Amino acid sequence: MGDKRKPSNAVWILGIIFLFLIFIPPFAPRFFTYILGLIFVTSLVAMSLNLVVGFGGMFQFHHGVFYGVSAYATALVLTKTSLATWIGFMAGPIVATLTGLIIGWFCVRLTRLYFGMLQISLGSLLWAIVFRWYSFTGGDDGIHGIRMPSLLMSLNNSYYFILAIFILSLLLMYKILKSPFGNTLQAIRDNPQRCEAVGINVRRYQLLGILIATFFAGVAGVLFVILERSVFADLLFWVLSLEILIMCLLGGWFTFFGPILGTAIIISLRTFVGKYTEYWTLILGIILILVIFFLPEGVMGYVQEVLKPKMKEVKQEEKGIDASSGIGF
Amino acid sequence: MLRVESVFKSFDEFMAVNGANLQVEKGEIVAVIGPNGAGKTTLFNLITGLLKPDRGRIIFKEEDITPLPPYEICRKGITRSFQIVNIFPRLTVFGNVQVAVLSHQRRSSNLFRSAERIAVKETREILETVGLLDKENLVAGSLSHGDQKILEIAIALGNEPELLILDEPTAGMSPEETQKTMELIKRLAKMRELTILFCEHDMEIVFSIAQRIMVMRHGRTIIQGTPEEVRSHPEVQEAYLGEEYARG
Repeated sequence: MGDKRKPSNAVWILGIIFLFLIFIPPFAPRFFTYILGLIFVTSLVAMSLNLVVGFGGMFQFHHGVFYGVSAYATALVLTKTSLATWIGFMAGPIVATLTGLIIGWFCVRLTRLYFGMLQISLGSLLWAIVFRWYSFTGGDDGIHGIRMPSLLMSLNNSYYFILAIFILSLLLMYKILKSPFGNTLQAIRDNPQRCEAVGINVRRYQLLGILIATFFAGVAGVLFVILERSVFADLLFWVLSLEILIMCLLGGWFTFFGPILGTAIIISLRTFVGKYTEYWTLILGIILILVIFFLPEGVMGYVQEVLKPKMKEVKQEEKGIDASSGIGF
Repeated sequence: MLRVESVFKSFDEFMAVNGANLQVEKGEIVAVIGPNGAGKTTLFNLITGLLKPDRGRIIFKEEDITPLPPYEICRKGITRSFQIVNIFPRLTVFGNVQVAVLSHQRRSSNLFRSAERIAVKETREILETVGLLDKENLVAGSLSHGDQKILEIAIALGNEPELLILDEPTAGMSPEETQKTMELIKRLAKMRELTILFCEHDMEIVFSIAQRIMVMRHGRTIIQGTPEEVRSHPEVQEAYLGEEYARG
């Protein structure tokens, strides 16, 4: 808890990365900027999922639905109504959180695997509606050419907007995880029975966790519309949910930044290896097997593990494992 | 303060608790004893709401708490420790107790303040009382078994209970640790004016600190009374003390 060294190191590293990200667009090719933007957006979904999966221990198997619902809500407001753009942007997270409330209310009443199965069913139902309701959602065509305010017309401007919201969301999520609620959520993950015994209404806190996670997935949905100017039904398909689950697993369940790393790995593979072979998922599969066997805590979890002994030497820890206070970097 | 009125609980065909009665007055230290499988832990699970009785009522401070879920029973002022260590292994020792303190202060849903600065004083105070303050930054899962059992009690104290229920607080402890834990329990009862209900295998411990003792056998209450009354009760001697004391 009183580890003063690690935060300042981490802040330095993050600061440098941040500066780097700010200076990229003018110098990098458009495509590169676009891929970075896509990594931010997808990372945000993965991190919001990790709030409930990694830190909350819930089987949130169909998180992509909330991302997709938000993207559709934004797209529909922007194309079917003449409401102001910001209303469309607000609609995404609100609709996502409401969907989270309804699906979550049922899910927290079930235990573990049943929670996950029910979520997949309810989520697939929403996917089917979006996929079939041709006149309203455009079915499998999706919605294209969504108008944006002039400020967000250029890719570079969109990039900066996405980066800003992304970082703001990260700060908020970090703060929430370090708050009493964040601690309680992790305690519920570790031992729900004991939480009940100390007076915590476990279901209510799990639902609150789902609401927060679906809200941030909703934010990511809006950013997706800003980046792509189009939406399609695949956003709600279970395959995407599985993919973001893998991103968390790959990066590290129990780390805060792990999902970003996982997302970056998967998107880079798909983009750069996918160019040469359509069997890029084969490489992903092999990487995944290696990670599960050799780095069960994910790539970021491994990095943390390597850094830890050094910290201990510095602090001259006498015995026992020093606590990283739940959230690593 | 607490009244258990002819409570029954069966698992399939097995009658785990078969008409148990128990009365605990404010400020008392009461022990429940009985051979393995007598239903002691099941009784505690029924009182704290982890299990629901098939029949019977549990009254706490003149209120029927039988139908309440565990978290509400805790909020009424009953907390417990568990026989098998039941802590938050990935959290720090401090974090373990803080979860309970935050819950007691109704601050668990605070989203935007840093937990590092909330309820620190109260949490440290508890750790100091039980003697774990020097280990507050260690991950709870890395503690010795004895310390984890103490942490069990510390977590239960986080809710500032009126009635503290301890399920075999010294199970698996060395003789010295057992001695220390018993001192701690006596000290807690006095310092915090706690009412304590516990169950324990070690007869010497029970007779040295309990003011009243309830004896269970096959899920049934045989007798509840002072240590002297219990010791001289014929069925108790035959059922329980006989085995232990005849040999010792």
